[in-house]
Amino acid sequence: MNLSDSKKKLALAGAICGLVAACLAFLGNPANMAFCIACFIRDTAGALGMHQAEVVQYVRPEIIGLVIGAFVISVATKEYRATAGSSTATRFVLGMIIMIGSLVFLGCPLRMIIRMSAGDLNAWVAFVGFTLGVGTGVFALKKGFSLGRAHVTTKASGTVLPLLMAGIMILSFTSFVKASEAGPGSMHAPIIASLIGGLVFGIFAQKSRMCFAGSMRDIILMKNFDLFTVIAAIFVVMLVFNVATGRFVLAFDTPGIIAHSQHLWNILGMYAVGFAAVLAGGCPLRQLILAGQGSSDAAVTVIGMFVGAGLCHNFGLAASATAVNAETKEIVAGGVSPAGRIACVICIAACFVIAFTHKREEAK
Amino acid sequence: MKEVDARGLSCPEPLMMTAQALKGASEPVKILVTEAHQRTNVEKYARDHGKDPVSTEKDGYFEVVIG
Repeated sequence: MNLSDSKKKLALAGAICGLVAACLAFLGNPANMAFCIACFIRDTAGALGMHQAEVVQYVRPEIIGLVIGAFVISVATKEYRATAGSSTATRFVLGMIIMIGSLVFLGCPLRMIIRMSAGDLNAWVAFVGFTLGVGTGVFALKKGFSLGRAHVTTKASGTVLPLLMAGIMILSFTSFVKASEAGPGSMHAPIIASLIGGLVFGIFAQKSRMCFAGSMRDIILMKNFDLFTVIAAIFVVMLVFNVATGRFVLAFDTPGIIAHSQHLWNILGMYAVGFAAVLAGGCPLRQLILAGQGSSDAAVTVIGMFVGAGLCHNFGLAASATAVNAETKEIVAGGVSPAGRIACVICIAACFVIAFTHKREEAK
Repeated sequence: MKEVDARGLSCPEPLMMTAQALKGASEPVKILVTEAHQRTNVEKYARDHGKDPVSTEKDGYFEVVIG
């Protein structure tokens, strides 16, 4: 089964994943979040006690399903390959950057597309930053950027993240993990639906090579629109769902959708994500899929995202969302704290340092 | 035959190296990649540019010969 060799198959994979996201939103996932890799890793990190923000703590079975789905389908189709050793520590840092940038914007590239399909104009603003970030990453690639070679390693090492994810799933049925009683963390589809949704999404993402940074990168680098077809299909399915269910609101400051309207920081947050994702070889979703199909380097990037999520909430780096004051009914604008702004600038500076200090062998 | 060893490299490096190698190539080019999706990408790139790729799975990697 190969879904990446024609645009029709890629569009089909995107449509199925869009349907999964729409179903999960319908079944209870937070409005206009549906299926956000960064938010769901953040929630899972909170459930494991890596941060203490009580409103965003919940083991998201979608994340677990993604990794295990990619693992199962890659083994079944003989694409599983255990590899490791490509600038591992640098990838850990890139994982942290991806998470910090995402939580400054309030969403990963997948959620950005989902927010765009719901009429959230902040996401369209952030898309400019994301594209510029990807473009900067492409510039670095053309100048010889490389994280070096990964090497084939023992098969068992590639199973570590899938096994850890299975362990977290089992833990989620115990009282050891935390679960929000209010806020976004308390809003979720039934566990079995989330797990099946994650598995299906993971299988189709693995077979279609779905990647949000990769889609923009391929357009800029090679004028290739193949991967963009997947993203466009997700956008169209979610747009139809949002319009049909009355969730489409074309506006900037919309309470209840977990977003803010500080344009500069929406742009810079997603600039950092786009830049770091190109350097890491894929967006947050793609990192989970690569980890599932045996890449220990991608697994370390994922762990970097978990640690980044902990840092974001322990040090107040994550943005706050626009909300309605319960007493006065006034709209209270959300935004990025001074600490979050400083962290975002440091993340972008770190991307530049990484981009121009890691060179391909022949480019040195 | 010109050989490009892109084994273990992250996307899109194998494809960038393939594109570079095919520029003005007068003889067949052999591309070595680790991952199945990279083999697919290289094959598709070759076909899109009017070439005829032939792939073989080796011990832990793929060999794509573009004639």
